Amino acid sequence: MIEICNLFKQYDHQPLFKGMSLAVARGSAIALIGPSGSGKSTLLRCINGLEIFQGGCISVDGEKLYGINEQSYKRGQEIGAVKRVRRKVGMVFQQFNLFPHMSALHNITVSPTLVLGVDQEEAESEAISLLKKVHLEEKAQRYPGQLSGGEQQRVAIARALAMKPEAMLFDEPTSSLDPEMIEEVLSVIKDLVSEGMTMVIATHEMGFARDVSTHVAFLEKGEIVECGSPGEIFSNPEKDRTKMFLSRFMK
Amino acid sequence: MKYKRSIIRSILFIQISCSVLCLSISDTFAYQNTLEKIKSSGVLTWGFDAEGGAPYAFHDPKHPQKLIGFEVELVDAIARELGVKVQRFQNAWDSILLSLQRGDFDIALNGIEITPDREQAVLFTRPYYVYAEQIVVRASDNRIHRFEDLHGKKVGTLYNTVAKRMLEEMGGVTVNLYGQVEAFKDLLLNRIDAVFVDLPIASYYAMPNPQLHLVGEPVGEGYYGIAVRKEDPALAEELNKIIERLLRSGELKKIYDRWGLWNASQEKLLLHEGLLQKYTENPPSASEKVPLVVTTFLPALLKGAVITVGISLLSMVIAVGLGLGLAIMRLYGNKWLQKISTAYIEVYRGTPLLIQLYILYYGLPNIGITLSAFVAAILGLGMNYAAYEAEIYRAGIQAVSKGQTEAALSLGMSRRLTLRRIILPQALRIVLPSMTNDFIALFKDSSLVSVIAVVELTKSYSMLAAASMDFFKLGIITALLYFGMSYPLSLYARKLESKLKSHDRNL
Repeated sequence: MIEICNLFKQYDHQPLFKGMSLAVARGSAIALIGPSGSGKSTLLRCINGLEIFQGGCISVDGEKLYGINEQSYKRGQEIGAVKRVRRKVGMVFQQFNLFPHMSALHNITVSPTLVLGVDQEEAESEAISLLKKVHLEEKAQRYPGQLSGGEQQRVAIARALAMKPEAMLFDEPTSSLDPEMIEEVLSVIKDLVSEGMTMVIATHEMGFARDVSTHVAFLEKGEIVECGSPGEIFSNPEKDRTKMFLSRFMK
Repeated sequence: MKYKRSIIRSILFIQISCSVLCLSISDTFAYQNTLEKIKSSGVLTWGFDAEGGAPYAFHDPKHPQKLIGFEVELVDAIARELGVKVQRFQNAWDSILLSLQRGDFDIALNGIEITPDREQAVLFTRPYYVYAEQIVVRASDNRIHRFEDLHGKKVGTLYNTVAKRMLEEMGGVTVNLYGQVEAFKDLLLNRIDAVFVDLPIASYYAMPNPQLHLVGEPVGEGYYGIAVRKEDPALAEELNKIIERLLRSGELKKIYDRWGLWNASQEKLLLHEGLLQKYTENPPSASEKVPLVVTTFLPALLKGAVITVGISLLSMVIAVGLGLGLAIMRLYGNKWLQKISTAYIEVYRGTPLLIQLYILYYGLPNIGITLSAFVAAILGLGMNYAAYEAEIYRAGIQAVSKGQTEAALSLGMSRRLTLRRIILPQALRIVLPSMTNDFIALFKDSSLVSVIAVVELTKSYSMLAAASMDFFKLGIITALLYFGMSYPLSLYARKLESKLKSHDRNL
């Protein structure tokens, strides 16, 4: 479903990814774990074209993005492949990024109506059922400023799902939430996993990664140190770096 | 209680009598001493306006440092007769008599027509020049031959002049008002059909220009006099004697001849006895005193206010549209669009609006673009404010967090759609207070367009005030009109702001 081949990316001549590869099969939910700055977020942002990369290839359901330089990105690629890739993957951000000038319902309907041309009524009934799915149907008319962090993030998930993506990218979805709200968001994500949605989740929630994901990849300094099933990684890590990282986290 | 009150009363009385005393002392002081002060200090201070132009007193185009004109020579001659030096005091012509009254200078001499309403405010000497009003047309135009032919035409004249009143008195004439030489420019540009001004101006500006033509006999004879404060009859008397001496010695004629201004009418200057008398009883034109009655001035002020509002609204539309375009060019455009936008903003912010208006209205015709005054005013203001709006919008757009753009893009929206639906609505509420501020500033800056012959509220005020010599009451009323129009705007903007903000608790 998502294939990352030999990805090369640098920031101001500082290489981050030096030929990374990763494959995400359809229906699998892969948790990206690793210390801050290891490249988890950047990897997700490369997948849906919010960041450019200089070498290698990312393929989403057959749509391919290639490494390019700054100029050609601005002129051409965005309107082509990037747009098609974005249709296939939805993204949920750490800071929610709901549109503050629109109600929860409008946040969800705006893209289907304007981008896909779905008519307003249909988009709204779809949005209501998505809100039900994230247990927020009674908050449809609220504005983001009137919702708690956990509620905002759940609306953001519904908003991404409204575009009917093939895969979902979660960029540390619970990192800016108060502890008591983390669970409500994770349970929504858990539901999606059980529905068989293909997902890549960058997270610091080790318990969640272990219990919910189908695969776990440990990233450090832009490299995938180890990748395997949650059982393999958490109970029996092969690499010393993985062990060290997990021992700090799992106690 | 009674005792206390009487004390207060006596204190008040003492204060009042003190101030009355002070006033009368300073008045007496001025009264007795202006002539003596001139003689003892050896300096005669002369108020004039060089912007009024040729041939009165103006800067020599060949040596811009030097002031020339027949009045410069006349004042020099007067000073010589008094045995003193001349100190020049540049003052806007519209307020020249007010400055005289304030005591800024000793005499005002600058083509000031002797009219009954002016005589109520100041004291005039005997006339030093007999002027008449002259029609000037384009040499190619033979429709106009005499004053009556101006009926139904568009005629340019100067602010606050007898000529203006004569035109208004005749009626049926569209009168365009100018500072001076701009009238002839507009005549050449076909913006008006004729110019009707004092003969000295016409002969200086129009005679040497083969494209312009003086037609008909000069009409509406009147007199220029030297104005002094009412408290200075002694000075006026002394000046009268000097004018007489200069007349008799032929020096005055020499000066006027040098400027091509001497004509048979000037002989009348010699008939000084009874001349002023006759004039005052029977003014040469319909120059009545403009009484300060609501019905007379309010319609003129309201008409000015309507023009002010119209200009402000239309130019704000241009400023908003163009400003937004410039901001988008600067933020999202390619290298060249960014450069163009930046250059535009820097140039328009870095140069005075007044100069921009002059260039638009009087400069562009040189390259074949002739705008009407109203259009030039709207474009000038709009294009100027667009530069400020652009910077406000740029800041507003940049203040919307990057995450908003990313979220919209990740939902499949195009850049354009993101800008329109996500970024701009949020930027709007950020920039609204600054926009309101700018709009109120623009509203007041619209008074600047009076330099290109648009009579809006401020110009209406200054004309009425100069004619009635009442700057205070009219000023308060005009200020109230401005405030009455800008304050509801502030209120509305505040309401809109809180309406936009009501959604978000923690934006």
